Amino acid sequence: MKNLTSYLWRWSIVGTALILSIPILTIAFSVFETPGGNWQHLTNTVLPEYLSNSIILSCGVGIGTLIIGVSTAWLTSTCRFPGKNQFVWLLLLPMAMPAYIVAYTYTGMFDFAGPVQSTIRDWTGWSYRDYYFPQIRSMGGAIAMLSFVLYPYVYLLGRSTFLEQSVGVMEVSRTLDCGPWTGFYKVALPLARPAIVAGLSLALMETLADYGTVSYFGIGVFTTGIFRTWFGLGDYTAAAKMASLLLFFVFALIILERVSRSKAQYHNSSGKLKRFSEFRLKGFKACLAFATCGIPVFLGFFLPAAQLSVWALETWSDMVDDRFFELVINSFILAFGAALISVILALFLGYGKRIMPGKATIISIRTASIGYAIPGTVIAVGVIIPFAWIDGRIDSFMQSSFGISSGLIFSGTLVALMFAYLVRFLAISLQTVESGLDKIKPSMDDAARSLGCRPRETLFKIHIPLLKSSTLTALMIVFVDVMKELPATLILRPFDFNTLAVRAFELASDERLADSSTAALTIVVVGLLPVIYLSKTISHSRLDQGNTKI
Amino acid sequence: MKRLEVKKLDFAYGRNQILFEFDFSLEESQIGCLLGPSGCGKTTALRAIAGFENPTKGEIILNGNKLNSSKIFVEPEKRQIGMVFQDIALFPHLSVKENIQFGIRSLSQNLRDKRSNELLDLVGMSEFKKKYPHEISGGQQQRVALARAMAPKPSLLLMDEPLSSLDEELREQLAREIRLILKQEKVSAILVTHDQNEAFAVGDHICVMHQGRVQQNDSAYNLYHHPLNRFVAEFIGEGTLLPGVVADEGTIATDLGEIKGNLPESCKHQDKVDVLIRPENVILANDNENKVVITARYFRGSSYLYTLKTNSGADLLCFLSSSESLQIDQTIGVHLQIEKPVFFSRS
Repeated sequence: MKNLTSYLWRWSIVGTALILSIPILTIAFSVFETPGGNWQHLTNTVLPEYLSNSIILSCGVGIGTLIIGVSTAWLTSTCRFPGKNQFVWLLLLPMAMPAYIVAYTYTGMFDFAGPVQSTIRDWTGWSYRDYYFPQIRSMGGAIAMLSFVLYPYVYLLGRSTFLEQSVGVMEVSRTLDCGPWTGFYKVALPLARPAIVAGLSLALMETLADYGTVSYFGIGVFTTGIFRTWFGLGDYTAAAKMASLLLFFVFALIILERVSRSKAQYHNSSGKLKRFSEFRLKGFKACLAFATCGIPVFLGFFLPAAQLSVWALETWSDMVDDRFFELVINSFILAFGAALISVILALFLGYGKRIMPGKATIISIRTASIGYAIPGTVIAVGVIIPFAWIDGRIDSFMQSSFGISSGLIFSGTLVALMFAYLVRFLAISLQTVESGLDKIKPSMDDAARSLGCRPRETLFKIHIPLLKSSTLTALMIVFVDVMKELPATLILRPFDFNTLAVRAFELASDERLADSSTAALTIVVVGLLPVIYLSKTISHSRLDQGNTKI
Repeated sequence: MKRLEVKKLDFAYGRNQILFEFDFSLEESQIGCLLGPSGCGKTTALRAIAGFENPTKGEIILNGNKLNSSKIFVEPEKRQIGMVFQDIALFPHLSVKENIQFGIRSLSQNLRDKRSNELLDLVGMSEFKKKYPHEISGGQQQRVALARAMAPKPSLLLMDEPLSSLDEELREQLAREIRLILKQEKVSAILVTHDQNEAFAVGDHICVMHQGRVQQNDSAYNLYHHPLNRFVAEFIGEGTLLPGVVADEGTIATDLGEIKGNLPESCKHQDKVDVLIRPENVILANDNENKVVITARYFRGSSYLYTLKTNSGADLLCFLSSSESLQIDQTIGVHLQIEKPVFFSRS
């Protein structure tokens, strides 16, 4: 009996992991497929451009997020200046902004016809070409947009390490005559490097995964290339091959992140956390610190949010109609469904790991949760190819045996989309649920049993109440991520099925920026939920910030 | 009838055998201790009694009822055995009072409140009954855990290193308190610990374990004064083993003269033996011809603990009042005062 249960557990975990890794395996194996003529053409023409653009974009965003993330993390963890306590959580707000939405608002504001340039022309009487103004829809613009919203990854991990590890050593270094700057370069930064690199690799994963910003700015990178090959050329093999190239970069980042994270753990000194005697900043220095923290918050959140609100006020009466509510309902149903399924799966895998620890389980769970790093475009292509194949098989079977066509069962329906969301976001719910499960120590199970609880009673009286909050958190985070998701939804959505993100993207692409604002603003408002939650956890656990994980 | 009897228990994780013929018994309202270094199998023995582990061989009998054999295995929730855990394991979502009432949830509200108030009083936590576990200190948490385990009036209470997560100062005080609480409730209990002072403070009798085997199950006095083997002699208390040779007329010749005692007949002339010397056996006697050199000195409040070296290089320990202080490298004369020598043959 016991053997059978453990057998079932183990194999259902391995099976789940296998099913979830179908898209990634599909893409990875497409490397070995014989390329068609298009592929040859692509490698000769656009591929070098995609490659160099992706590299330039990643380097730029890397530098941008590092500068903003590290400086703000350092200032908010070791210095005292006006507004510091508020900046600790304000600096997280840009996380609520999808990069593509920031891109629309900046384009609207700073384009030739936008309010900023118009005002300059009105004041000065200049006309077009009389003055220089940086082009927003450019590589530089894309780097700026992505840096504004992705720096919180570096900030979060950097700050927790500065607080957690550097406090003791920083005090030692102060007694050894190190000022703030020397202490930063010689002690704190080298210590925090693994954590910062882990944050950086997360930001770069998002950069490589971005589709909305680069496609809106017309920059040819891998994600936009996959789209063009898929929809423009209709060449699925070539799209999959291109996706596999992108996968190669992503895997490099995953390895970088995992290695850095393990190093960061290694550096953890186990000493109790103390309050660091902060450097008090006054006068000019305080202003500088205020500006360093204030500018990213302003540019990454308040300015675009204000622009969206202004547009929304102008256009909402036209935009909020039955169609809009249909979008909201579609988005909510998709997001809630995906969140629910991914949390249930996460609970299943988390319990599996608890009940059946072992190599097979751990490898399976690792594989199942690799999707967080894989761009939505890649996952979408990896989902649709096998699903279309299965549909074809079923259809031809039905045709030959019953003379009826079954049509599309998996590929053209919400099933494919849900599956893609699961692959992409399972890791997030899994991590949250696992951290909840970790808090239920095995001895609590034993305690409950020694107090007369049968296993089922233990589940209802101890586990469920204790898991409630982390389960809800996981639900919320996945919900919001699905709401924001763009590229996989664009590729996999059933015909004529729209979501808020898709609608915002379509309207913006049609240069109807103001009209896109209601949908965009809805996404941002919902996206604020997990950010508020995260900032609460940060300020609640002042001395415990080390536990805040992304 | 004995409260608990454990007979020839074997336990193994795969090929790794943890317990070898573990025997143990406990009378009504008695407190037993399992004492030993980490990895000696004491926690496994406790978990087997509680029903969290299934032993490969042997019997566990509680109140005359067999809890396990090749056919039966009574589940832990049916054993009426309470347990206190090393990591305390209070339920974080329940208040102090709710934690204590968890095991008596089938009683009526009245009886539940009566019992929990009684226990809150006993462990001195009445004023904290509405608090949650994270709002009280480690020592208070462990008191609540003790009350929670005692609430259903278990036939047997097991405590797995209950004090090891607490600060040192608190540990001794709480150990004495636990003994009083257990005695007041007349609970039969087993305490697992690696700390002999804790075992001495709490237990009526102590079972010393090493490498999965029982070494000696005895009173604290006997463990100290009549250890049965080298392991117990070295593990319990302070002391050293002084090499010697069996001479004629039932005496042992050592660096510090002859030690007289009733030697068993198995000891033959010229056998090499080690004699257990406790610090209190070494008496300062400057006129004595047996000289030793002081190698180190540790302040212990009322006395100094000295380490001494004999001519042939054997170490000794010795307490002397801290009012007179001797210097390191000083040579002093000592003599041994031993009523019943404890010795082990060297083979």
